[in-house]
Formats: sequence, structure tokens, C-alpha cells
Amino acid sequence: MEKAIEKRQFNIKEFAAKYGVIIGLILIMTFFTVMKAKFLTVDNMLNMLRQTSINGFLAIGMTFVVLTGGIDLSVGSIVGASGMFAALVARTETGMPWFLAVLTGLAVGLMLGLLNGIIIAYLKVPAFIATLGMLSIARGVTFMASDAKPVPGLSPQFLKMGGGSIGIIPIPIIVLAAVLVVCYIVLYKTRYGRYVFATGGNPVSARVSGINVKMIICSVYMISGVLAGLAGVILTSRVTSGLAASGEGYEVDAIAAAVIGGNSLAGGRGRLWGTIIGFLIMGAMNNGLDMMAVSSYWQLVIKGIIIIGAVMLDSLNESK
Amino acid sequence: MNLLEMRAIEKSFNTVKVLHGVDFVLRPGTVHALMGENGAGKSTLMKALAGIHKCDKGSMMIKGKEIEITSPKHSQSLGVAMIHQELSPVPEMTVAENIYLGREPEKGIFLDYAQLYKQTEELLASLNVKISPKARVGDLKVADQQLVEIAKAISLNAEIIIMDEPTSAITDKEVENLFHVIRDLKDQQKGIIYISHKMDEIFQIADDITVLRDGRYVNTWQAKDIDNNILIKNMVGRELTEIFPKTEVPIADTMLEVKNFSVTGQFEDISLRVRKGEIFGIAGLVGAGRTELMHAIFGLSKKDKGEIIFDGKKLDIHNPKDAIKHGIAYVTEDRKDEGLVLEMSVGQNITLPSMKEMSEGLFINSGKENRTIKHQIEQLRIKLNSSRQLVKSLSGGNQQKVVLAKWLIREPRLLILDEPTRGIDVGAKAEIYKIMCEFVSKGNAIIMISSEMPEVMGMADRVLVLSNGKAGGELERREFGQERIMEMAVSHI
Repeated sequence: MEKAIEKRQFNIKEFAAKYGVIIGLILIMTFFTVMKAKFLTVDNMLNMLRQTSINGFLAIGMTFVVLTGGIDLSVGSIVGASGMFAALVARTETGMPWFLAVLTGLAVGLMLGLLNGIIIAYLKVPAFIATLGMLSIARGVTFMASDAKPVPGLSPQFLKMGGGSIGIIPIPIIVLAAVLVVCYIVLYKTRYGRYVFATGGNPVSARVSGINVKMIICSVYMISGVLAGLAGVILTSRVTSGLAASGEGYEVDAIAAAVIGGNSLAGGRGRLWGTIIGFLIMGAMNNGLDMMAVSSYWQLVIKGIIIIGAVMLDSLNESK
Repeated sequence: MNLLEMRAIEKSFNTVKVLHGVDFVLRPGTVHALMGENGAGKSTLMKALAGIHKCDKGSMMIKGKEIEITSPKHSQSLGVAMIHQELSPVPEMTVAENIYLGREPEKGIFLDYAQLYKQTEELLASLNVKISPKARVGDLKVADQQLVEIAKAISLNAEIIIMDEPTSAITDKEVENLFHVIRDLKDQQKGIIYISHKMDEIFQIADDITVLRDGRYVNTWQAKDIDNNILIKNMVGRELTEIFPKTEVPIADTMLEVKNFSVTGQFEDISLRVRKGEIFGIAGLVGAGRTELMHAIFGLSKKDKGEIIFDGKKLDIHNPKDAIKHGIAYVTEDRKDEGLVLEMSVGQNITLPSMKEMSEGLFINSGKENRTIKHQIEQLRIKLNSSRQLVKSLSGGNQQKVVLAKWLIREPRLLILDEPTRGIDVGAKAEIYKIMCEFVSKGNAIIMISSEMPEVMGMADRVLVLSNGKAGGELERREFGQERIMEMAVSHI
């Protein structure tokens, strides 16, 4: 064959389909900047990123899951459970070092994710059902572990996870950036990442190609779980006590971010940078609407419209 | 007056022209056979009539009236019904519910079941079909499901009925029954367009025969005016040796021995022996258990009994990974459902089973990966713009080459090919046959499942015929004959 020549014609539709979310983000940012001069300041941007970092961890984990064609409804409850167990260890009275509390949170997230993975991949329960069950189970366990009471009095070092900064940059943002870099490499530079795409794109073909499809499926729930654990730890640290109800409903925002970013819930088609734009859009909306003093009820309505609108544009493009 | 006249029909997909000015005329009260190899354009022509594809050029007349078919629904309203190769009933619903789906009789806002079953019973009786209107369609045999589809067509007042390979999955006795129904339809002055590869059937049932080749109209005859040989010559249009470039390869000792393989409910007690340098064909009707046998050998499904001896050693294969490790590769029957990941690029598909070799430690070595991909694309002459384009944008023949490429880089010893040339054009077929010949000439072996008789006879050194999950017999190349293979294929039905 001669040298492969890529014919590239500028196609406005294709461009919009690929980069529409970026344009959306820019439009939203511009709108808020025009409405409120304080919106586009370094302080407010850092604040926004710190607020949205919790959803960022969950959305990144959700991207792995969604790429395999699955869904994880339990992340909000895993945030609650891992945050609570981390808090129990992080109390000043236990005298345990801060990193043990962090590890406890991550371990709880990983274990719950592993359970999800086993139930879905090996016991063949549909992901929707399995993680719906886990949503309930993890929340119940969290309430039992804390007797439904807040767990305050956390060690000062532990509180730095959520509240501290390095220079002017809040620690949650630094952790999120690190997670993003690692996940990007895993997804695009390792064969594991390739297998995740293949499993979601066509599990039969992946299996015929010698890929251990069950293991891949199990593993994405572990990734989602451990990232939810990390989110739980940081959230607990930020609110300075373990709360049994924390993380409730977070799965919605995580799924929304992944979907707005252009990840197909059918699996196999998606992109990590889309998810980043997705949770930035969610974060900018929350922050901007708060600044404009829009009621939180209206915020819910607007959020819903954005989710449906983003997917609608995507499917209109698909059918073309 | 003719029931249907199609004149100078042209159709392209993207840039590939698949119909070059085809004519087709259907007389009322006749069965008109539409013949041609796979890829000749039969299905495309029929889909244009059924409103699934829109043709680019040409004219259509139904009962003397010039029409332009805009949608499947429009086609239906003009009296055209297509009985698809893959039937699509709702298995959980009854026969009556399926036939009148979307047209249920109602009393007020409620379904009128009494009326529904009554009119279905009358309809089935008019066709002399003995199926209960209350039977669940999923419980019916394929042949009966087909009759239900035909009944549905009649209930829609269809006058032009297209049957695409109606006998590919049914028994001789059921074929007789189907032919009775077809003859009744003829008496009612309906026109039937009949697509089949089975010569003897064509001469039994057809009044007219039209042959297409490579998307071109060849000719139309009355069935009584021509014979088998003339028909085949017109369909193929070239010497068999041009299409099947089979080269003489010295056949050495045994590579693979499969002993007494069984999977309950699918096939039982199948043994075979494949030698180095050999293309071993497996023939049989759809549903004979050929693909299931390969799945069990490759570790895609569990076997109940049997053993595999490969290069003199007993192998335990539990999953595809084991099989691949021992140098066995499997090109599946359905490249879209099983062979490719359509949302991934050509390159990513090619290296998918070899990611370990393309990696250093955990990380992908993209330089090495790109070189391998480029080499394979050149070797197999895959036509594309860029190795980064999605594999779903390629033509069928090139997609099939991608599937082959993905296995050939692993340098397997034994290649299992399940329907290696289904749905691809003649030119691409010949290229795939060439690749197969090169492969075995290096002392490797191929197991080839094929439903296309010319392919089996043209390429295989030996053929095992399966019939209804049992071994129907085995033939050496010099003993090959279409009739003998067919006899074996139905021997256990």
C-alpha cells in the first residue's frame, strides 16, 4: 500500500459532535463571567474546582465503568461508607496516624467495588441491579457503624486532606490532577486500557481475542470503588466530621458528568477528557448559579435539562 | 400485465456500486427465482423493492403503475412482503398476536381476542397450514415460524412475496409443505420472488429464472428452457480455477486430532483429524452443530466429552486464551458480532489479541504496534485511508481481512475459519482464498466451515459433513460431489 493519506475536510457537524462539550463549557463560563464579574477570578476558580473535585473522582471512576457498558449506582453510598470508616480511624482519640485513616477509606471503597465486580462479572447480576443493591447495603452499614450520629473530633493532619493547600492550590485539586494523569495513562497507554475499550465495544470479540472479559469488568468496579473511597475521605476531611448521610445522590452527578462528556452508556465509545469537561460543566453551573442566587430548586431543573440536552445532541448526531 | 417491472436499477453504497442497471420482471401467478452468488446483488435489489434501500436510478412499476418506493411501510402498502432469512417474530407472543401485531381487532378500547383467534384460524386454514393460532411463536419450529410469516404477508394482502433462502434451515418434508403453500399462492395469482442457492429446488418450483452476477443483470429464462449447467455457468461467469486459486500443498502428518467430542443438545461424538498443509472443510446445513463444535474446540464453550490432541500432545483448553497460547486461532462466523470491535480503529482491532507482544511491561509500545499494523495492512492489501479509521467504515471484504490480519500476526499453526467469505464480493473472496493457500503452504493447517458448496469443493482437501449434530460422513477431495455432500448433510434429519 502507498503511504496512507488522511483526507481531512472540515466538517462542521463532525466538529460539533466531537468538541461540542468544550464549546458548551466556554459558553457557560462566558455567560457567568458576563453576569458576575467575580466569577472568573483565581479565587473563585480554585473554589469551584475544590467543590467539584469530589464529583471529579466519581466521574472518572464512572468513565471506566461506563466504557465497559456498565453503570455504578453505588458510588454515593461508597463515599458515605468509606468517609465514615475513615472518620472513625481519624478521630484524635484513637491516636492513629492520618494516613491510616486514608488507607482505611480507600480499602473500604476497594472492597465494596470488588464486591460489586464479583456480583456483576462472575455471578452475572446486571450492573444496574447489583449496584442498586450495593447503594442500599453500603448506606445501611454506614448508619450502623456510626449509630447514625456524626463523628467529629478528627485529627488536624487528617483535616488537611480536604481543607489544606499547597501554595494557593487546595490539596483536593492536586490529588484530582494526579488521579487524572494516572487514569489517562492507564486508559490510553497500557494494554489494560485497550482491553477496557474492547470489552465495552464487543465483549464476545474481546473474549475470542483472548481477553479475560470477566476480570476486566470486575476491575472497573474496583477502580470506581477505590476512587469513591478517595472521594469519601476527602469529603469527610472537608466537612470535618463523618456523616452517615454524606454522598447521598452523588451517583447522579457522576453519571451526568460521564454522559455529558460524550461517553456512551452502551459501552465501548468514550473519552476521558470528555468526562473532565463534563464535571467542569457541572461544577461551573453549581458555582455560577449559586453566585447569581438562583434557587437550588431551579438549579436541579437546569441540571436535568443539561443532561438530557447533551445526550439528545449526541444521539441526533449518531442517527445522521 | 406484469405484477412488477424493475428497469435499469442502480444502487451504490458510499462509493461502491452494487447494482449496475438491473432489470427484473415478475408475472402474476408465477414463481420467479432470483439467482446469483453471494454478493451478486440479489438482496440489495430485493431490499430496494421492500423499501429498505432507496435506489439511485431506474424505474419501478407495480401492476402497470409507475411508483417510487419511499419506505418499508410504503412498500407494504403496495402489496410487497418480504419473508426474511432471519425471521423476526416476537417469540413470547402467540401466532395470532404476531400475525396481527399493530392491527389487532378491538372492541371499544379492549382487544377482541375472540375475533383475533377466529380470523387467524381462517387465515391459516386458507393456506392449509396446521398451526394453532394460540401457540407461542417461540415454541414453533423454524419452518412453522416461516409459515406464520407467510400467513402474515397474506393477511396484509401482499401480492408480491419475496422469500429469501426459505429452505436454508428446514427439513425436506417441511420443504414439501412449503412448496404446497407456494403453489396455492400461485393459483391465487400472486407473484413469488424466490432466492435460493439450491439448484434442484429451483427447477422444482420456479417458472422463471433471473441471474445476477457482480451486481449486473445477466439474463432471464423460463425454467423449462435451461438446465443446471447453463445456470451455474451464468452465475459464476468464469472458470472455477480463477476464483479458487487452490495450490498443491504436500500434506504431512497429523496436527490436530479431535476425539469423540460431545456437547449435549448440540452435537455428539464427533471425531476429526487435520493434517499439516491441509484445508479441512466442515459442511452441513445451518444448525447442524458446526459452529458449536468449533466453539467447544476453541474453548468458547464447555465440552461435555472428548479430547483434543495437538502435535501429539493432549491439550486441555478451558478458554480462548488457552487455545491461542497453543497456536490456534479462530475467525468467527459473524465478523460484526464476534470478530471485530466496531467502535475501535482498524489498527486497534488488528493488535487486540497480541497486546502482550505489543507492550513492554504494562505500557504499550506504540512504535512497535504501528509497525506491526502497517506491515499487516500491506501484507493483506487492506484498502483504507488510515489505520486509525474505525473498522466499521470498511467494506465487508476489508473487514474480513482485518479479522484475518489480527490472527495472522500471532503466527498460528491452526486457523479455524467459520464462513470465511460470507457476504463479501467475488474479488475479495479470491484474495482471501489466496491468503488461505499461502498460510497452509507453510506447513500450517486450516479448518474451514462453509455453507457455500462451491467454496467447500473449491478449497477443501477433505470435508467432514455434519448432519443434525452427528457425523454425516467424510470425503476426500477426489470423492467430492455436490449431491453426495447434500445427502450426507441430511442423513440424520
